[in-house]
Amino acid sequence: MSKTLVWVEHDNASVKDATLAVVTAAAQIGDVTALVAGSGCDGAAAAAAQIAGVSKVLTADDAAYANALAENVAPLVAGLMADYDVFVAPATTTGKNIAPRVAALLDVMQVSDILSVEGPKTFTRPIYAGNAIATVESTDAKLVVTVRGTAFAKADATGGSAAVEAVAAAGDAGTSSFLGSEIAKSERPELTSAKIIVSGGRALKDAETFQSVIIPLADKLGAGVGASRAAVDAGYVPNDYQVGQTGKIVAPEVYIAVGISGAIQHLAGMKDSKTIIAINKDEDAPIFQVADIGLVGDLFSVVPELIGKL
Amino acid sequence: MKALVCVKRVIDYNVKPRVKADGTGVDLANVKMSMNPFDEIAVEEAIRLKEKGVVTEIVAVSVGPAKAQETLRTALAMGADRAILVVSEDEVEPLAVAKIVKAIADEEQPGLIITGKQAIDDDANQVGQMVAALLGRPQGTFANEVAVEGDSIVVKREIDGGLETVKLALPAIVTTDLRLNEPRYASLPNIMKAKSKPLASKTPADYGVDIAPRLKTLKVTEPPVRSAGIKVPDVDALVAKLKEMGVA
Repeated sequence: MSKTLVWVEHDNASVKDATLAVVTAAAQIGDVTALVAGSGCDGAAAAAAQIAGVSKVLTADDAAYANALAENVAPLVAGLMADYDVFVAPATTTGKNIAPRVAALLDVMQVSDILSVEGPKTFTRPIYAGNAIATVESTDAKLVVTVRGTAFAKADATGGSAAVEAVAAAGDAGTSSFLGSEIAKSERPELTSAKIIVSGGRALKDAETFQSVIIPLADKLGAGVGASRAAVDAGYVPNDYQVGQTGKIVAPEVYIAVGISGAIQHLAGMKDSKTIIAINKDEDAPIFQVADIGLVGDLFSVVPELIGKL
Repeated sequence: MKALVCVKRVIDYNVKPRVKADGTGVDLANVKMSMNPFDEIAVEEAIRLKEKGVVTEIVAVSVGPAKAQETLRTALAMGADRAILVVSEDEVEPLAVAKIVKAIADEEQPGLIITGKQAIDDDANQVGQMVAALLGRPQGTFANEVAVEGDSIVVKREIDGGLETVKLALPAIVTTDLRLNEPRYASLPNIMKAKSKPLASKTPADYGVDIAPRLKTLKVTEPPVRSAGIKVPDVDALVAKLKEMGVA
């Protein structure tokens, strides 16, 4: 049986949701050891030990790992991989930053963004913005894989009782430092875990209109807020709102697309949603080809009316 | 400081890719090909750094078929100074591309290597990080803003929760995200001028890199099709549907 090493995404105190789907994928490949690399990360390690399906937790606690800088973390992972067959990371911005650096250190060709595990070294993955699905088999001795979170069920966050073992830190490479971050603080559900998402497109005209039209609807439904690339590029909302192949991949119970035409790029990021609802004044908009429920109309009258009647 | 910019020839982003009937890949015969959009942003950023006097020379690099020469001419027309084409008619995986770029960097000694965060064909998102690993240099992936300050570069990165800023010692590798800049169009005089800019043609063997693939593509299929549902006539009908689903 393969031994997998899973990258745990965390904030030192708790484990982020993205990790749970990765554990599910890794469990389909082999035995799961979870790696918590951080600074003062006992809380995250304890949480990782409780994830169902995790048989061991390794912690590397060092100031050099506080912000998951790839220059510091990749050598640690590559060193630990002497005892493992497969490194599995989430296809989040953190996972995408670190995993290829690990793969190159191991002289391995990474398999990015897997959708399914078809065999010990065989996976499916999207190419061409999800317009094609490739089935690939690795011939490398060791594997490095990133996992698309929406393609795998989340492992239970509790029920496990893995042993926690500390491993030595690999030090600071001394070539990079973390200066700061601008993380949007919001009471809203995170896009990648929200049950309902309301997304707005270019038709929202400007930032103020986006706020005054989309936000009240999201508030009414307790929904996360997303946007098309066009809306982000136009500056209506920050980059972390972007749903699409190069933004966030989401799969909520209900996705409500408001004033989004449905570019391929956007569809690639949300077409696995359970129910898609589209509101658009152009009845030929491509979004209607994937929507379960479509309403052709002017969003500026439809959305306020909808809010009033909910 | 010299900048190396890596560009890839890919299907034009406006073309809808079609899977070949025999399931061996995507049909690229008679399909419009262009520079990977993220790489255009990389070329543009290098040019802006040159205009600021930070970068002194821009070398554009591409690994791909002989026709990738057109992609490099585009980079030259935008403002790159010279180009290196590493010709392979076979597909070259990100790891091998990274090894080639590493070998070129060893020769050229750039202070900065810029490339797109991913190519829109294989969507691998690997080359920049792998080059950084092979060179043992820092990486600023998914860049939203960059500023060279003395012997380091400050990179604002697009991350899932928002933005984060890192400071990297030069030489460093930067991969571009969408909001870094808006690439310029090459003007006609510059397109003409680009034809006489130097373009060296090499092979992977020149750099001692084995490009034998590590991944075997067993098949390529169409994604599951989502069929269109129903249209409702008005808001009342939509509300009724939402209530049925337990959403409202």
